[in-house]
Amino acid sequence: MTGRYHAPFAEQGSHPVDADLANRLLRIALEKGGDYADLFFEYSVSGSYVYDEQILKSARRAVSMGLGVRVMKGDATGYAYCEDFSFDAMKQAADTAAQIAAGGQPVAPLGVSMRDAPSRYPVAVESLDVDGEVKKAILERADRAARASDPRIVRVDASFGESIRENLIANSLGHMARDRQPLLRFGLHVIAEDAGNRQSGSSGGGGRMGLEYFERQTPEWHAEQAVQQALVMLDAREAPAGEMDVVLAPGDSGILLHEAVGHGLEADFNRKKTSNYSGRVGEEVASALCTVVDDASLEGSRGSINIDDEGQLPARSVLIEGGVLKGYMQDRHTADFFETTSDGHGRRQSFRSHPMPRMTNTMLLGGQDAPEDIIRSVGRGVYAKKFGGGQVDISNGDFVFSLTEGYLIEDGKVTTPLKGVNLIGNGPDAMRNVVMLGHDFKVSDGIWTCGKEGQSVPVGVGCPTIKIASMTVGGTQVGGG
Amino acid sequence: MSEVEAKALVDLGRSVVERAIAGGADVAEAGVHSGSHLSVKARVGEPELVEEAGSRALGLRVMVGQRVASTYTSDLSDAGRQTLIEDALELARLSEPDEFAGPPDPSVLSSQSEWADLDTFDEGVSRISAEEALATALRGERAAFDFDPRITNSEGASFTRARGVSVLVTSGGFAGSDHGTYASVVINPIADDEGGKKRSGYHWSSSRHYADLEDSQAVGAEAARRTIAQLGATKLPTQELPVVFDKDAARSILGLFAGCILGGGIWRKSSYLVDRVGTRVASDLVDIVDDPLLPRAPGSRAFDGEGLISRHNVVVEAGVLQTYLMDTYSARKLGLSSTGSAARSPAGGVSSSTSNLILKANTQSRDQLIAETKHGLYVTGMMGFGFNAVTGDFSRGASGFLIQDGELSHPVSEVTISLNLDQLLQRIDAVADDLDQRTAIASPTFRVSSMTLAGS
Repeated sequence: MTGRYHAPFAEQGSHPVDADLANRLLRIALEKGGDYADLFFEYSVSGSYVYDEQILKSARRAVSMGLGVRVMKGDATGYAYCEDFSFDAMKQAADTAAQIAAGGQPVAPLGVSMRDAPSRYPVAVESLDVDGEVKKAILERADRAARASDPRIVRVDASFGESIRENLIANSLGHMARDRQPLLRFGLHVIAEDAGNRQSGSSGGGGRMGLEYFERQTPEWHAEQAVQQALVMLDAREAPAGEMDVVLAPGDSGILLHEAVGHGLEADFNRKKTSNYSGRVGEEVASALCTVVDDASLEGSRGSINIDDEGQLPARSVLIEGGVLKGYMQDRHTADFFETTSDGHGRRQSFRSHPMPRMTNTMLLGGQDAPEDIIRSVGRGVYAKKFGGGQVDISNGDFVFSLTEGYLIEDGKVTTPLKGVNLIGNGPDAMRNVVMLGHDFKVSDGIWTCGKEGQSVPVGVGCPTIKIASMTVGGTQVGGG
Repeated sequence: MSEVEAKALVDLGRSVVERAIAGGADVAEAGVHSGSHLSVKARVGEPELVEEAGSRALGLRVMVGQRVASTYTSDLSDAGRQTLIEDALELARLSEPDEFAGPPDPSVLSSQSEWADLDTFDEGVSRISAEEALATALRGERAAFDFDPRITNSEGASFTRARGVSVLVTSGGFAGSDHGTYASVVINPIADDEGGKKRSGYHWSSSRHYADLEDSQAVGAEAARRTIAQLGATKLPTQELPVVFDKDAARSILGLFAGCILGGGIWRKSSYLVDRVGTRVASDLVDIVDDPLLPRAPGSRAFDGEGLISRHNVVVEAGVLQTYLMDTYSARKLGLSSTGSAARSPAGGVSSSTSNLILKANTQSRDQLIAETKHGLYVTGMMGFGFNAVTGDFSRGASGFLIQDGELSHPVSEVTISLNLDQLLQRIDAVADDLDQRTAIASPTFRVSSMTLAGS
């Protein structure tokens, strides 16, 4: 073992967990008659650094560890956790979770054995093991570049976050698997001020990788992006309001797809028939141009995983192909319901939470059109370059997204920057209105975190330039604009 | 909450502070949290989830000179505490001196004799069993299904109870503990709408004391009423019109304002309210207070995250901004004094925060307010994150009802409403009397004289 932080439940840790111990705990979990049980051991360490007002102002580190025990009986889940790995604490968690099946007969779990997992984020040196001075220097470079680029930049802050998350999962089906998931995220935020007008700009990225990330995307490059955005926004005018064509930039715009389509394809909502995609496999749910996949295997991407949080092996799931709905994203429980096998979408925020179907890297694949032709085809519309975030009502697909950088398109040209733009619509409607797709598919740099029922997990998104015919743009300028 | 448990946590915090000081820290502050919860969910008449656990954690902030670092651990073993302290000291040496960093002056720290009893703890909450919790949730969901046959499905009904104790021990001489309980019930029914569309709605109740929790059947019926009322919702044409925010929507507007009056955002210039104390920021109908001393309220606390005594702060009086809400650090950055508004995160960081931020009620009823609105939009729900704190630009998705001739008429969805927050608050021309204390940020219904609606 190399490196400084290691799980107590690892082989050479203070409380090693082997197959025997896992079997013992699983037997306790099923003592009351559950159908299924799993153990989720987790050890996570995260660090963060904030560079602000030209000094490294704050440095933080956090260690969190525990065991989550889940027992299922039919559709009911019993869940409990403990924060230390003493046998008594673990046994108590297993006993508590077992109560969901109270009154039943003990069930014997299958003996567990270790599964081989792929290696999708080979990292030579984990960021947490690198001297803090190196990270300080990266933040300093970003700060210096942003300040030097324009006198109107009045504030800069840069942040760096790093973590590792070590998991050990064992379930009563006999599977046991381990993973160690590194994650890195850089962010830069600037404020530009000109004659009392203040605007902000930001840039960020990262993924499941080490500091080699900064060889590809330098701190100076991020500084330029953030500064450009803030300066452009100084000239922004009020956005028009009403229905018009919208062109989405490649990469980051995948977040719209993630929210507006992806969530509705998570199998739990479909099991419960609360999604607008329930019972529609085989139907046309998008324009024939659209193929949507969720792919956990992209090397180093923020959303990638080797094993899911139920010990399943995820790969590439085709959700929509040529506009036709192919299937949902499954976890173990929904897979039982749909009489299929889990495709490795069972994820959870931590050992304190039970897993549910979640996305990994969700992508709309590229098409045939040249991006410039797509823009040229628009008489009057909005070009959405950067998204601040969005929200969807799963039950009907209605969504709202806000842009942090958007432009007017007039007579086939990208013109004035716009402020306060929201895009509002309906997922299935928007997907049917996809009329052009660029050949410039791109995966977003790693910045996105997805929230569902109070649980956050890192995700990736990707897409080409997309033209959506007629979407509601929420601005303040009624009429001519 | 047992005195014994609180004392054990104070002792734990004190030992960490002492060891950090012995290791070379000039200032050390330890927060210790201990809590437990039960959370259950039922769906379509069947139990779906029973989750029960206890949790403990330690957060540490140290200063070496004016270099600051903080660490957190859920590993309370000796080795875990050792790593917590060593990491904090190592990180403090890496960070750079910040001339404004430092603990509050010991003379402003509060002590036990000054702390108000805020009645935030109810032993009864902890006694609710998983069976009772499930029965409560199931009754609530049943009431939603029984309310109207058009309720055909459910995202579930949940009941949660929690209790917790937090202690803070600082090398400046402060030691205190704060405890509380919380119970909530949420019901989330689904109805089938025209054209195969589904409509999801919800309603909830929460309280510090179990006796104050609304009956789950009443919550379920109200959730169903709200869901059914949205059936047949359509867009409206793009236009300018008066907008009435119901108390839930109004609270989320007040939440945006809350984020713009914190000292941390002001010195960073990331708020549109920089340099605005003493100026008009809302119409003269608007009074906003931050009051951590309300009995049984969700955001109440006897002392703040740095050990200063909690105090009632008037933030906006008759539309004029009176003060920002500051912790010691942001107050020093702004050349002012702390307003006792520090919040300490479990991870050890300290920032300025609201406690119970309240837009005060007026005398008019909600129905009167609607009745005197000839044409407008009544907003009951908002979606998305369209707010820029630096500029105040606001634009979010909205759903609710059209107001015609003083009455709520057909339901509306898939529209956005936009207006700069500065303008929005200054255009408030009516405030109702329907304030409640379910949330730490709370507002009655209010009306904005004119906003831009983007629709079809």
